Amino acid sequence: MAAESLTFIFLNAAIINNFVLALFLGICPFLGVSAKRDTAWHMGLAVIFVMLVSSVSAYAINWLLIRFDIQFLRLICYIAVIASAVQLVEMAMKKFSPALFRALGIFLPLITTNCAILGVALFQTFREYDFLQCLAFSLGAGVGFTLALTLMAGLRERLELANVPNVSQGAALTLMLAGLLSLAFMGFAGLGGQHA
Amino acid sequence: MNLPNQEETVTADTFLRGLWEENPVFVMLLGMCPVLAVTNSAINALAMGLATTFVLLCSSSLVSLFRKLIPKQVRIATYIVIIATFVTIVDYGIQAISLDLYNALGAFIQLIVVNCMILGRAEAYASKQRLGATVVNGLGMGVGFTIALLCLGGVREILGAGSLFGFPLFAENFQPWVVMILPPGGFFVLGGWLLLFNWYRQRRERKLMEQQGASVHGS
Amino acid sequence: MNQTSAPQSAELVAATPSFAMLRTLGLVAGLSGLLVVLTYQITLPLIEENKRIAIERALFKVIPGATSRRDFVATAQGIVAADDRAAEGTLVYAGYDEQDRLVGVALEAAAQGYQDIIRILYSFDPVCQCIRGIEVLKMAETPGIGDKIAKDPVFQENFVELDARLKADGSGLANDILMVKHGTKSEPWQIDAISGATISSRAVARMLNDSAQQMVPKIITYLDRLRDPGREKE
Repeated sequence: MAAESLTFIFLNAAIINNFVLALFLGICPFLGVSAKRDTAWHMGLAVIFVMLVSSVSAYAINWLLIRFDIQFLRLICYIAVIASAVQLVEMAMKKFSPALFRALGIFLPLITTNCAILGVALFQTFREYDFLQCLAFSLGAGVGFTLALTLMAGLRERLELANVPNVSQGAALTLMLAGLLSLAFMGFAGLGGQHA
Repeated sequence: MNLPNQEETVTADTFLRGLWEENPVFVMLLGMCPVLAVTNSAINALAMGLATTFVLLCSSSLVSLFRKLIPKQVRIATYIVIIATFVTIVDYGIQAISLDLYNALGAFIQLIVVNCMILGRAEAYASKQRLGATVVNGLGMGVGFTIALLCLGGVREILGAGSLFGFPLFAENFQPWVVMILPPGGFFVLGGWLLLFNWYRQRRERKLMEQQGASVHGS
Repeated sequence: MNQTSAPQSAELVAATPSFAMLRTLGLVAGLSGLLVVLTYQITLPLIEENKRIAIERALFKVIPGATSRRDFVATAQGIVAADDRAAEGTLVYAGYDEQDRLVGVALEAAAQGYQDIIRILYSFDPVCQCIRGIEVLKMAETPGIGDKIAKDPVFQENFVELDARLKADGSGLANDILMVKHGTKSEPWQIDAISGATISSRAVARMLNDSAQQMVPKIITYLDRLRDPGREKE
């Protein structure tokens, strides 16, 4: 499957099979941090960043694991290494770029063990992407996540002003909204089948 | 809920709490990713529920056994390693039992490892309680999770494919509501269940208020 | 992970000796390693068996009349038996009947469908130089629409005898395998699309064409080796 183009991998991860709305990865932050557009945007940036870091580390680990033929330790290694890599980067960021740290910092520990992050690592392994494809894939996944999160936050900000029945307040309404958004994203399916 | 460092005695409530009052899916909204992703049929939902329950039980028992040995600084690391171990075991176990099931659940078996419910139980409960209480509570939570998954999976399969556990329920001319087994359906059905519970809870509260009001008047 | 988390929390909590941390982590890591390796060892034969059953079930379905199989690998140089560990390339499954005669060759193909990648197993019959059947291994097409490529009997009829003859110079197929609109199939190398599921149907046609263009010349060239794998070793 090395023939897939980088653009296509990116588009596929970002909109066709959007991580949040089609694959249900990273639902917790999607429901939790999507109340305000500002926060959602920063959260999204942090996720893109962490996804890139973890995708690179996962690629390296997988190469090592295959080298030594111990793939059954994959899950444990992924989790441990991704968590520590993110923490290392966080410390480095604190030291060298406090401004960036202030913008993204509080989200970093929160998303380290988020299923979207591990999902990127696992999917790129299953699909046997090479290094550049991994980068395109994780970038696409991150952008897709940010897109879903900011769209949702925009909708929810409007919803604050709407008068909804008492029973539907809170998570129930958010889920219904997410369903509609997901329905809209289904329209992107087939983008890949059209070319060639 | 529990005061920290207070060991609770095992009661029926330890078990039942997970089913209703603190149901991980419907009340606490934990571990949503697998809840939505694999519930497109009842059988997938059941398998996922059982797998999660197994991991939850094993990892929290181990955490509870080792709770005095684990220093605070490395506790999260320890929990994660323990959980990841059992997830790997489940992963290979399911592959050995049925490849079809494994393919249907996909990466979500491995993603049990980041299910917030499991880490949450380890941190909030198992690290402070005796083995017995942990097992009972974990079992309750696991069963609660499985029931919730079944509620979703059952409804989605009935509406979206016209069958339950693979057995067709309707006559030939039933037109399945396909969107229900597609991703948006997951959001809709879960939202629907939450609406139902909200409605029920509000009605009960209102009744309670009325009763109290009545008793105040009566006295 | 302990190295990174320890310095932060050490300021907050009265220092636990690092020995205790190392001991716990070491103990847990050892225990988990033991458990994982044990499970892996126990389940490995079962999983291999499951995989074999799954592949044979699909294989015997797409190759009519096959009762046993041998695996080969198509490398850049040619086709070799799959037990040659060093060989890297596309897997080729050869199916044999009860008299151990080659009845067909099965190959995997994949392409992007409507929602995600579709993977299929298809069989090639070297006698008629045609495709004899397909079996969908993995897909995420819309239920009730795109997923008909797996079950729809009319669509499956396309693959009872789908022409895949070689060009005279043997470099590729004489006619590209093509998808045509529903009900307009006129040539044996055309695939009649499912009405309403054009993209999924086209994906099937595309993956068959891509794979067959590459693989059929190789299969025809090394047909003797596939027919009688024993001869190679003499």
